[in-house]
Amino acid sequence: MNAQFNQPGRAFSYYPGCTGASTSREYDLSTRAVCEHLGLKLVDLPDWNCCGSTPAHTVDHALSAALCSRNFAQAEELGLETMLTPCPSCLKNMHNCLERLKEPEFAARVRELARRPLAKNQAVKSVLQVFYEDITPAGIARRVKKPLKGLRLVAYYGCLMNRPGRFMHFDDEENPVSMDRILEALGAETLPYPLKNECCGGAAGIADNKVVARLSGKLLQLADALGADAMVTACPLCQMNLDLRQRQANRFYGTSITMPVFYFTQLMGLAFGLPRKKLGLGKLIVSPKSALAKTGRGQPDIMAHNLDGGAL
Amino acid sequence: MRIGVFICHCGSNIAATVDVPEVAAAARRMPEVVYASDNMYSCSEPGQQAIVEAIQAHNLGGVVVASCSPRMHEPTFRKAVERAGLNRYLFEMANIREHVAWVGKHKRANTAKATELVLMAVEKLRLNRTLAPRKIPATRKVLVVGGGVAGIQAALDCAEGGLSVVLVEREPSIGGKMSKLDKTFPTIDCSSCVLGPKMVEVAQHEHIDLHAYSEIVSVTGYVGNFAVTIRKKAAYVDWEKCTGCGLCMERCPSLKAHDRFNEGIGATTAINIPFPQAIPKKATISAAHCIRLKTGKCGACAKACPSGAIDYEDQDREFTVTVGAVVAATGYDLTDWKVYGEYGAGRYPDVITALQYERLLTASGPTQGRIKRPSDGKEPKTVVFIQCVGSRDPSVGRPYCSGFCCMYTAKQAIQTKEHLPDSQSYVFYLDIRAPGKGYDEFTRRAQEEYGAAYVRGRVSMLYPIKTPDGEKLLVRGADTLAGSQVEVEADLVVLAVGAGAAEHAPRLAEKLRIPYDAHGFFLEGHPTLKPIETNTAGVYLAGACQGLKDIPASVAQGSGAAAKVLGLLSRGELESDPQTAGVNLTRCTGCGKCIDICPYGAVQELEVRGKPKAGVIEAVCQGCGLCTATCPQGAIQLSHCTDNQILAEVEALCRC
Repeated sequence: MNAQFNQPGRAFSYYPGCTGASTSREYDLSTRAVCEHLGLKLVDLPDWNCCGSTPAHTVDHALSAALCSRNFAQAEELGLETMLTPCPSCLKNMHNCLERLKEPEFAARVRELARRPLAKNQAVKSVLQVFYEDITPAGIARRVKKPLKGLRLVAYYGCLMNRPGRFMHFDDEENPVSMDRILEALGAETLPYPLKNECCGGAAGIADNKVVARLSGKLLQLADALGADAMVTACPLCQMNLDLRQRQANRFYGTSITMPVFYFTQLMGLAFGLPRKKLGLGKLIVSPKSALAKTGRGQPDIMAHNLDGGAL
Repeated sequence: MRIGVFICHCGSNIAATVDVPEVAAAARRMPEVVYASDNMYSCSEPGQQAIVEAIQAHNLGGVVVASCSPRMHEPTFRKAVERAGLNRYLFEMANIREHVAWVGKHKRANTAKATELVLMAVEKLRLNRTLAPRKIPATRKVLVVGGGVAGIQAALDCAEGGLSVVLVEREPSIGGKMSKLDKTFPTIDCSSCVLGPKMVEVAQHEHIDLHAYSEIVSVTGYVGNFAVTIRKKAAYVDWEKCTGCGLCMERCPSLKAHDRFNEGIGATTAINIPFPQAIPKKATISAAHCIRLKTGKCGACAKACPSGAIDYEDQDREFTVTVGAVVAATGYDLTDWKVYGEYGAGRYPDVITALQYERLLTASGPTQGRIKRPSDGKEPKTVVFIQCVGSRDPSVGRPYCSGFCCMYTAKQAIQTKEHLPDSQSYVFYLDIRAPGKGYDEFTRRAQEEYGAAYVRGRVSMLYPIKTPDGEKLLVRGADTLAGSQVEVEADLVVLAVGAGAAEHAPRLAEKLRIPYDAHGFFLEGHPTLKPIETNTAGVYLAGACQGLKDIPASVAQGSGAAAKVLGLLSRGELESDPQTAGVNLTRCTGCGKCIDICPYGAVQELEVRGKPKAGVIEAVCQGCGLCTATCPQGAIQLSHCTDNQILAEVEALCRC
């Protein structure tokens, strides 16, 4: 995009998303830790608000874009051009906002709702995209201190990370490979997982948990059938559905799968040798102990405090 | 000039929104008009007779007819005035139907506009000169580009009609897509049994000169006399000596060459005769795979060849032929289905194209007609056919229907059941399109007699799964009639990949100076009434290169193109249209702008008293007028549409 992008020490405005401060704190924590380690400076927005995702955009697209615009305006005041977010849902909404603001009539409505001038020169990228395109798998491999040798993983991207391709401009809509390449750079083995962007059930679980149980159950079963030690995600909602609701899925299908579900940033941190307490591993519901044991990392003292947040 | 004006009602087509008698009355007041009338149908026999009688009764020197588009009836009225003894170019037409009556509802405004158009035609007519067509000699030889079934038919019919034929085929053998098919619909005829004899006839016909493994380099000249340069690609085998015995293939140690003829199912040898019935039956070396050509070491085929035909030093050769007409019959290519990530984009070996499936079905194919899936060679139990892959899908830039996939899919479902009685076929379709003799009955037979399960809906995704019965592909789609999702565990998935223009079609079109559409198909002269002609005189179309069509329609168009060529070249000379550009040599400065702009290559540089001047080849000039508009000096003028005539029309409009 621009030349300074490749330079280490580049600063980004950082948008954690609502889950980053709640259900996916471990994603937020590990993202910050890994970015710091890689020399990417994340600057928090002083007063960020909702990205305008589902609740807003199902009511009014302009309202959704107005919420985004408020965040972008803060980033512009900080003098930063590119916003990073770990969450694909936030990402899609922000891309959508920037795309739609090219329509003058729409932009006028948004300006009215946002009650402030619209940011002029803002871009947004996922954390995954910056790691893959700017740091590159080769650059990541160079920093690995403790390779994830022996770990068989499936990378699960979820439905939104690369879609719709016409304005996400990253990887492939049907067969994304970026996370696979990163995990391979960490020394793990990735398995060909054909459902890598299949629906996990999303927010439908709030209304009817059977929807998520059915859809996420399929994802878990395929990963299990392939012989995966763990699934790896880049999306807070996918992670929650696969991890927190794994018991519901097992009950729905009468299965007994135990499948740890990591954020890819947590595994990057582990391979870089970052302190575990910075990676929030204890936040995972399904214990990753068995998986980590395969790479010689399964010490019980560190893994013994699931749900209590003791690792933080 | 004594001018007569005839205003046509065209039934109610014009009269409904134009006051026709009033236009006629206005015409009577126009300069030099001595007679004006209105007719119900000017193009009808009595309408034409009225024009002829008026010319004779009033001693008219020029005629204006205000009616429909000149594309429709200009030739009709020209013949009529000629019957009355006038030169056919002392005639003008005002289009008051398409340009007035059909596009405006306001009767008074329409009447005024019609009157203005008639006045313009009158003013132009006053400056018309008599023109006479010239006779030009024509070469009684035709070039047919493409040796598929359409080109074969065109070549055979032309040759039977007594013309010499030069048939150029890009591949080492003629036969085209049809030669790759196992059976044809709706009769399940053996494809190579019905095509084979025609191919042999091409090889043996005394009037047909076949150049396989050759391409068109350039085309110059014009109708009656095209000069065509052809490149014979290096085969590294002297085809004069090669007897097609195939010993070389048996000895060739390079066994992994891409098998073009078999659509990449299996591999072949670097030196290769594509199939047993190939015409010509000659070997060709694939330079990309030949060990000798790559490393200089080997020579097994040269040792094996009993006739000493192998020539590792062979090079492309170019030669030129002169022909009177050209038939383009370059067929189609399959579209790139790998744009469909949801169908695996080529990652899954057991997802194949329908054309690959034909090669599996046919007894002369790589599996001797046994259906074996590529991944493990097992016979499939469940076969899923997905239709409209790359057809009727604007999201991949293919909004059109390929036309023949519904039929061959039904045929393949029937054949699957015949080959494997225990198998079950599923066909995902959008609509079953089977217009044609016996076609709809055929698709019903596939369902009712052969038990193919037809599911109406698109497949959203497919992916490999492990089951107790082995590895399968899970095909997920919608059943839009039942309103539900469907999942089928398939052993083999066959994609009815849509067809597009042949890969190099646009490049050939540019050489032939014929237009092509957004998808690369060659443009016919008129979509309904000139499906074989092009807008370039002497160039005709046959088969799928003009628009996708099945075998019977391709054969019919091949014969049609032959009939057009035979008609064109029947007398050995041609009449040129005299509405061409001409150069005023005293004004011409020889700048050459007209030479650059002419899309037909009709303007050439001449030397007149040591100075460069433009010269128009009348037989090539199509009368488009681009040169006239480009010439800075006004030196090059289009007969029948001079600058002065256009100015007279404009001036007439300004007076209104």
